[in-house]
Parts: sequence; C-alpha cells; structure tokens
Amino acid sequence: MRTNGRGLFLATVERPALIQETARQPMKILVPVKRVVDYNVKVRVKSDGTGVETAGVKMSMNPFDEIAVEEAVRLKEKGAATEIIAVSLGVAACQETIRTALAMGADRGILVESDVDLQPLAVAKMLKAIAEKEQPGLIILGKQAIDDDMSATGQMLAALLGWSQGTFASKVTIEGDSMTVIREVDGGLETVVLNLPAIITTDLRLNEPRYASLPNIMKARKKPIDTMKPADLGVDPTPRLTVVKVEEPAKRQAGKKVGSVAELVEKLRNEAKVI
Amino acid sequence: MDFALSPEQESIRDAVAKLCERFDDAYWLARDADGAFPNELHQALAAEGFLGMCIPQEYGGSGLGITEAAIMMQAIAQSGACMSGASAVHMNIFGLNPVVVFGTHEQKTRMLPPLIAGREKSCFGVTEPDTGLDTTRLKTRAERRGDRYVVNGQKIWTSTAQVADKILLLARTTPLEGVRKKTEGLSLFYTTLDRTKVEVRRIEKMGRKAVDSNQVFFDGLEIPIEDRIGEEGRGFEYILHGMNPERILIAAEAVGVGMVALEKATAYAKERRVFGRPIGQNQGIQHPLAENWMELEAARLMTMNAAWLYDRGDNAGAAANAAKYLAGEAGFKACTQAVMTHGGMGYAKEYHVERYLRESLIPRIAPISPQLVLCYIAERVLGLPKSY
Repeated sequence: MRTNGRGLFLATVERPALIQETARQPMKILVPVKRVVDYNVKVRVKSDGTGVETAGVKMSMNPFDEIAVEEAVRLKEKGAATEIIAVSLGVAACQETIRTALAMGADRGILVESDVDLQPLAVAKMLKAIAEKEQPGLIILGKQAIDDDMSATGQMLAALLGWSQGTFASKVTIEGDSMTVIREVDGGLETVVLNLPAIITTDLRLNEPRYASLPNIMKARKKPIDTMKPADLGVDPTPRLTVVKVEEPAKRQAGKKVGSVAELVEKLRNEAKVI
Repeated sequence: MDFALSPEQESIRDAVAKLCERFDDAYWLARDADGAFPNELHQALAAEGFLGMCIPQEYGGSGLGITEAAIMMQAIAQSGACMSGASAVHMNIFGLNPVVVFGTHEQKTRMLPPLIAGREKSCFGVTEPDTGLDTTRLKTRAERRGDRYVVNGQKIWTSTAQVADKILLLARTTPLEGVRKKTEGLSLFYTTLDRTKVEVRRIEKMGRKAVDSNQVFFDGLEIPIEDRIGEEGRGFEYILHGMNPERILIAAEAVGVGMVALEKATAYAKERRVFGRPIGQNQGIQHPLAENWMELEAARLMTMNAAWLYDRGDNAGAAANAAKYLAGEAGFKACTQAVMTHGGMGYAKEYHVERYLRESLIPRIAPISPQLVLCYIAERVLGLPKSY
C-alpha cells in the first residue's frame, strides 16, 4: 500500500478506466434491507431494560440500506446490472420495507420471515444461502443499521462467501469483471480494486437516495415477493449474543459560561485539572 | 373496520413529505414576500408523477382515488407549504374530473397528458362577482356561432389564472328565460386561455400570495366546439360531480395547515423557557394544544371517512361537507393557538405561524362558507326546513 501524499491510499495498481461501463454478462445485484425505527423518532428504552420500544413507533428502511438500493438502481440504469433483488429478514412487516425498495426500482423481493431477534451472524448465514441460490454478481449492504450499529453483517457475509469486500464505500465503478471502490477510512480515502462477485457496504456519501415516484409506488404493488423461513435456508437463527441491559445514556451536565480567556484557563487548570 | 393506511398510502404520504422537504419554511417565506408562483414545487411533483394521481392509467395517470389524493394534499400542506403549496397543484389533482368522466376519448387524450406532465397549468372559472354559491344565476354567456362559441362576461376568485394555459369554464349557453329549470342551459368548456381576449387582474389578498387569485374578464373569447365537455346545457350537472371531492381535498389541506402549526407551537412550548421552566409545562399552554390535536385528528378521520365513501361510490355529501367544516374550523383554531403560544414572536414573520394563520382562512371560507355547511346538514341530514 502506498500513499500519494495527500492522504489518498492506493491499494493496488489502478487499471485503465474503460470508456463505458459494461456488464460482462447479465448480473444480479442483491440488496439486503433492514426495517428499523425511523431516524426521526426519539428512541425510548423499554421500562424493563430489555431493549428499545418499537410498539406503535414509525418504522422505516435503514438509511444506509436506502443508499444501497439507490446504488444498485443507478448501476442498473447504467447497464451494469440486469436485476435487483431486495431481501429483508425479520417480522412479516418487513414486507413494507421490501415494497419501499421495489418502489425505488428493485425488481423483486425475498422476505425471510422470523420472529426471532436476528443477529448479524444469523443474517449473514441466511444471506449466504440466498446468494448461493441466486448467484448475484454483487451484494450491496448498508455499512451498519441505525438501530444496533453493529456494522458486522457485510463483513461476515464476505468471509462466509469468500468474496472480496469494499466496505464504507463512497464511490463505486464497475469495469468489466472488476470493480473500483473508494473507501472512507480514518486517514482519508482508500481506493481498492475488487474482482466480482463482491460485497460492498455503503457509506453516507456514496449517493443521495431518490424519492419514490408515484408510478413506481404503483408498480411496486405488482412486483413479486417470495416468502420463506430461516429453516428453508438451513439456518438456525437462535441468538448467540445475550443483551444484558439496555439503558438511556447518562444525562449530559450543563456547561459553564466563562467571561474571559483568563477565566477559562483558570478553570481548566484548577477545576477541570486538564492543563 | 380498519382505520390504518395501506402500505401503499403510507408510501405516498412519505414520498410526498420527503419531496416537500426540499421546499422549507424559508422558501415559502420568500414566496410570501415576492408572490412568485411556486413553479419548482409544481415541477417536482410533476416529475415524480404525482399530478396524475386521480387520472386514469390509460391517459398517463395512476388511477388512484380521492383517498390517496387527500393523503397527498395533507402531506403537502403539512410540510409548511400550507395553501400556497396545495393550491399550486390542487387544480391538477381533481379539477379535470369532469373531463375524465364526461369528455370524449379524443378530448382526454388531448387534455390530460400535458397537465399530468406539468407542461400545462389550468384554472377553474365558475364563481362570478354577483353569483357566488348561487351558481345557476351566473351571467357569463357563451353564444354559439357556427363551429365555435363566443364568450363574454366576468369571473372572480379564479386561482392561478396568471400562470394558467387552460381554463375550465362554466358559462350560460341558453338564457335563463329559455330553460325550464335554472340548472339547465349552462355548458362546460376546457379551452386555451387566450390572453388577447381575456384580461386577468390579480386580487391582492390576506394570504397565499404566491398563488394568485383573480378577476377574469372575457371579451369575445372564441372556443372551438371540440373544447366543449359533454352535452350543451348540462354543464352544471357536470360541475356538481366534483363538489364533494373538492370539499374533501380542501378539508385534508386544512388539517395539514393545522397540523404544521401545532407542530411549530409544540416545539416552541418545549423549548421556550420563562421563570426557569418551559412554557409547555403550564396547563394554560398545553391544554389548548391538546385540544387542537384532538380536533384536527377528528377532522382528519372525518375527511378520510368522506374520501372512503366517495371512492366506494356511496353518497359522500354529508361527510364531505362535515369534513370541510370541521377541518376548516380546527385548522384555523390551531393556527390561532400557534400564534398565541409563540407570544410576541408569533407575530413575527420569521416564526412562520402568522403566515399559516393567514392561509388557514382560505379553507374556512372556500369553497363554501361554514354557515352554508350548517344549512346543508340541518336540511339534508336532520330534515329541517330550508332557511334561505
């Protein structure tokens, strides 16, 4: 790995860019979408401390998954993909999340219905089973879900499938049978070239998801959704992690206003004792 | 009985709300100052296919019902766009229903697609200075001369006539003396607003500055016969067809205006601190807001009920009128309370609630006064004698 001196890391020798992005052969893109508490909702912890309140709360598609759907639709519009399959795993209402993806432009859906609390490893195993059946050229996931912030499913899935992964992607370009991904890392941007099939997880700046248009909302109603159970995929979804306790973050103490720099320095030295 | 929105209806509400987020309070405050038509919103809704919501699919629309249209109009108003946003597209949503129901295939193919695509705007010319709700007495004349009609007369309160390309016009084709019933002899036209023969004068008004209201003067406007909708002399009947849907949409818009005012008032009540505590901790502040929510929610349910009746083909008259009354009053009251909750700040334009209040008067007054709704309910629902 080398740096070009501007915080940009180049992992491998870059291939010459082709003039036009072309698909080698018909390629499917699989996009897992998670149903989470809407980002506008102020989350409340359940009184018994077992989790957060979801009853009667507005639920939406995980925002990073919306970015994943958008990227898949853009790749299809450019001719780099032929079919987009939206997959959701969880309770029956996840069907609504799939419909949202279908309204954005996905072609069909798969719902893996389960009332069990699905954890990243179980989800990754089920996605692996679906990938083996559907043979997608690309799987695009959100980098994390905004409910549990695990940021694990994409990486686990790449490991289980033995595919290359481009996580925290902020730009994706497909060139023939490989793909260039610019990743957002602590020091700046890292460019990696992956062979397809591959896994991408989306960062915030990859794209701005589109609004569902009315004709597409109408079309989504007619697109097919297959429903199955974890057992159909040969996966035992029983949780392996135990949640010990969920609680509200400690209330932030009010700050203090200081009148002058001298007072600030005095307080930092004698009260906060940090200088 | 199921009161929940379908997932598709939720998608429509969310998609419209998201689209309207692009047009924030600052945008509408600027339109309130400069009076420019909100073309950007009109075009954005057209681009995403929302203007054709109630137009049949074979003419490029989505063929949905008034229930979905009401959900959309509430979402537009509730985004803070209020009546300025709603009125900018209101005519597109259901205004051309007489064309859909009574027009020929040729007319529908010619008239509907440009409206859905946002290439054309249209306005609605019914009300006249001396004949408000007494529509059958309207004086604008359309005289048949060979293969065309020549129109002379005057309309008032015609919204969007400054920017419209087309007009849906009700005019008398047979004088009152020549008809058996006064509801006969009126004809409906959908035609080009030829500004060489039509003068449009803007009416300066209290609110909704961005969407113009006008006096329209016709001086020999020629209308080709192929622009007449349905049969000659039956225009009043055709117009009546759209009255209940219009009341339902107006009700939904009033609920949206009230809801956004309530949101603003509630946020301010939580954040504004006086005597060391948020003002919203006082029952004098919170009880009126709680009342606003209940009244708005009740009006919304009545609106949805009316829309449901209409879409099933049942008589929606009483429910549509009641919804428009309840929503008009609840919306106005919520806006008034929002200004009062803000105290002095509520009177400042940059807090937006005074703009909401000015716009909330529209669904209270139009398209029918609250008093006439009461008359309708007294007469048609309770069977009391007609009072006027």
